[in-house]
Amino acid sequence: MPEAFVHAHASHCESGVMSSLLRHQGPPMSEAMAFGLASALSFAYLPFIRINGLPLVSFRMPPRAIIKGLERSLGLSMRFETFRSPSDGMARLDALLDAGKLVGLQTSVFWLPYFPPDLRFHFNAHNLLVYGRERDEYLISDPVGETTVRCAREDLQKARFAKGVLAPKGLLYFVTKPPLAPDWARLGRRALARTARIMLAPLPLIGVRGMRLLARQIERLPLADGGERARLYIGNIVRMQEEIGTGGGGFRFLYASFLQELAEKTGYTILDGLAARLVEIGDRWREFALAAARMIRGRDALAPPVLAAQLRALAADEKLFFQNLHRAQRAWAL
Amino acid sequence: MRESEVPQEGSRTLAGHRKAVYAVAENGKLRLVPSRGWEVEEIVTRQAVEDLERRAEQARARARAGQSSPLEYHMYRARMDLELLSQTTGLWRWRVRRHFRPAVFSRLPLALKQRYAAALGVSVEALGKAE
Repeated sequence: MPEAFVHAHASHCESGVMSSLLRHQGPPMSEAMAFGLASALSFAYLPFIRINGLPLVSFRMPPRAIIKGLERSLGLSMRFETFRSPSDGMARLDALLDAGKLVGLQTSVFWLPYFPPDLRFHFNAHNLLVYGRERDEYLISDPVGETTVRCAREDLQKARFAKGVLAPKGLLYFVTKPPLAPDWARLGRRALARTARIMLAPLPLIGVRGMRLLARQIERLPLADGGERARLYIGNIVRMQEEIGTGGGGFRFLYASFLQELAEKTGYTILDGLAARLVEIGDRWREFALAAARMIRGRDALAPPVLAAQLRALAADEKLFFQNLHRAQRAWAL
Repeated sequence: MRESEVPQEGSRTLAGHRKAVYAVAENGKLRLVPSRGWEVEEIVTRQAVEDLERRAEQARARARAGQSSPLEYHMYRARMDLELLSQTTGLWRWRVRRHFRPAVFSRLPLALKQRYAAALGVSVEALGKAE
């Protein structure tokens, strides 16, 4: 078992896993830093990926973007392994743990018994760390949990070899070469550029334009069936924004925390002002969620155009914000 | 969001757990704050869970009435849909749909029943009943 492994509570699984994994290797790495440096903030409306008949709405980059992004920018080496046979996958995990490795796994939330029952959906890209094993029980540091947990072998195997969209195929990963001492200013500046570029991308489904397109879809939701489908549709957006471990406001608060930390580490204080602005935008997202939830519960009349207008206002705010971020990044003399 | 505004509403969807959110502390810095839940999250989570439960309930009624096999009920009970069950079992969708017919399901070979049971996390006996 890796000695002195320290569990840390995090809002999001992938950034939480990476920050714990890196911290275990030496350099301090907060969740917010891991998230921001990997340019993980985003917005995407992907109507061709449907889960239970509802389109995918995401407030971050696709799964594994944080792991890959940090691997690239911090110059660490990681090894990724997938398995065709579950028993091979479990044997390899055991061997790595016996060798004292801290191992990351991709799993399906549905098969993890320690999760609250209401949150156990078939989401296949949940990341967690295994730091040891006692006979048939694995010692798990799940970043979205406050404390470490245990999981039986059979359950963990099911979770690692779940099928469907983003099937993990038993994916495990570990660090083979620790990261270099990071040059925060250089890495931070590059990460800001990437995020601004994604949020302002001239693509209809991504970033600010994706938000506007989603607003248009919300406006057109049919209400002929008594609003049943419309309620599920907007409920799904709010779930992606708040419920599934985003740190609140669709990762906006988490990213603001990254901006503050970067300002502190580099002395580039313009980022502090941007962080404060992003907190305000995050609050607007929370208001959007609240308005949607009230309509779902029937406390307010179901009015998709009202939500669409809120989303358009958010798109306008974020457009301005990311333009300013882009400008600040370009003006950053290193 | 200020630290003092972080909702601590004891959402039942969190089942006593606390989730991490980021909020602005007294000193103006954002920091991680554990939250006992926000009613908004509870509403949308329960909405999704109840939608799946409703589908399971309807499938159970159909199975009781002999219009559908218990397999359809168990699929929804495991929070799956046709697409996911087909991917999990490696069977084509039309085959799974065919197995929703009670007459076809009752003649299903044991090997196939075992495949479904493993995919859905139930025993073969339980799979034969919509309970």
